Amino acid sequence: MKEIVVLSGKGGTGKTTIVASFAVLAKNKVLCDCDVDAADLHLLLKPEVKETHEFRSGQTAVIDEKLCTRCGLCEDVCRFEAIKDLKIDSTACEGCGFCAHVCPESAITMEENLAGHWFVSDTKYGPLVHARLGIAQENSGKLVNVVRQNARSIVQKEGFEYIITDGPPGIGCPVISSLSGANLALLVTEPTLSGMHDLERVIGVCRHFGVQPLVCINKYDLNEDNTHRIESFCQEQGVEVISRIPFDNLVTEALVNGMPVVEYSRNGVSHQIEAMWHRVHKSLGKE
Amino acid sequence: MILSIASGKGGTGKTLVATSLALSLGKQVQILDCDVEEPNVHVLLQPTIVQSKPVCIPVPKIDKAKCTYCGECAKVCAYHALAVVKKLVLMFPELCHGCGACSYLCPAKAISEEGRKMGVVELGYAGEIEFVQGKLTIGEAMATPIIREVKRHIDPTKSVLIDVSPGTSCPVVEAVRDSDFCLLVTEPTPFGLHDLSLAVDMVKALGIPCGIVLNRSGGTYNRVEEYCLEVGIPLLMRIPLDMEIARLYSRGVTLVQGMPEWRDRFLELFHTIEQIVAEHRQVRT
Repeated sequence: MKEIVVLSGKGGTGKTTIVASFAVLAKNKVLCDCDVDAADLHLLLKPEVKETHEFRSGQTAVIDEKLCTRCGLCEDVCRFEAIKDLKIDSTACEGCGFCAHVCPESAITMEENLAGHWFVSDTKYGPLVHARLGIAQENSGKLVNVVRQNARSIVQKEGFEYIITDGPPGIGCPVISSLSGANLALLVTEPTLSGMHDLERVIGVCRHFGVQPLVCINKYDLNEDNTHRIESFCQEQGVEVISRIPFDNLVTEALVNGMPVVEYSRNGVSHQIEAMWHRVHKSLGKE
Repeated sequence: MILSIASGKGGTGKTLVATSLALSLGKQVQILDCDVEEPNVHVLLQPTIVQSKPVCIPVPKIDKAKCTYCGECAKVCAYHALAVVKKLVLMFPELCHGCGACSYLCPAKAISEEGRKMGVVELGYAGEIEFVQGKLTIGEAMATPIIREVKRHIDPTKSVLIDVSPGTSCPVVEAVRDSDFCLLVTEPTPFGLHDLSLAVDMVKALGIPCGIVLNRSGGTYNRVEEYCLEVGIPLLMRIPLDMEIARLYSRGVTLVQGMPEWRDRFLELFHTIEQIVAEHRQVRT
């Protein structure tokens, strides 16, 4: 079993567009949406949800006002500024339980959070494991782990070859959870100064966790000087640029029509994306 | 006024809007880059950095001479950052949130705290614009301690602009919390709409008024406008889909620098938001 994760650092560079196209092109795979706080892959893959599970994680402090003597100790010890005027701000509470441990009246209890849901679905492209983090909830990294573990168990039970994962933007906790232990990271960037800056940091994260990165430059013709700069930077870093995809209105058109672009049209960018999948496939074979 | 600029979906133009607002206001303005995983405001504003401060969280340090291996610290740690096995205390600093419960509650007073560096906060100026950014160290997972530290530099006498990371989870909540208004930047696609609706729910949960900037507008998809009407959220600005704007941005040039006619529009946007915030305050009092 081989696991490939698509990341970018900067958001909005085209991760989901590419994963949805890989969903059409790759055979024998399980799909995974690890962008759990703004998941979009389902909008293109149109899943039929087979299983819905609760994601319970973390705790929030609750004060029993009948027992509280308003001594204020909880407020003093909380380092997350989550208690103001003896009221808990559940969006600031990190669930450490310090307040509950010190309350002399035992007026504070810790309640488990329903922090989201995760789903196992069927799509016409294969199984999809995805999730929805609750509004203003934390522990997205743990939810990513749950999604990946369940994708792996489907692979083991049903004998698939690949897991293709749509990752979150950034470099923090959900990215680390999506990346660690994967076989390959495809980094989608764009030839803007911001995209280049963010690519550098996400390459650093891949190195840190020992996952081989490959780079795709999306909308490369937006600024060809920057595209050349990315290519030389990657060469210096020993990172291979496996694809350049031109700007193409077909991408937005396909998206507005709710379809993966390689399925919407066999022209234009679809050729580059197909060639890129073959290149990724080859790299996974060598891995 | 504290104005945060968020989006749900990444790459919709948050930083473009935040920097354009800052440049249009020009003075008495602070811009805080709270996208500490991938901060990009500096790419566009090219500030001169005058100070860099490490951001540390306090993690436990065990005094072996005093430790009785009672296991209380491991029991109180909600994050499983401590484990006690016979005569050994195992520590996993990357799991520690720095809450301080273990050191406070250790019966033998064997735990002190030491700082663990998670990133930096940098302060500087771009012209008269005051600039603050947080930067998470590569390989670190927790962005919120850095965001909290950036926000300690808020100067309430100025107009404060906060650039937020994409998404709707803890780093976004931490950055947006305590704003007077949240500007949500989106694009006219099903992804833009879906993530906008999540961001609107998040902002509502925090009780903060919001408005929308529709970037790359034009084209046939009008569900974002319909959504704004349905939920009663004002659509405050449209930025057209224009390859010239995209090319300027690719070179690190903001909208108001590349197309100065936008300056007045951004000032108007800011004043409209000030009015909404004033009305919102009146309603609340």
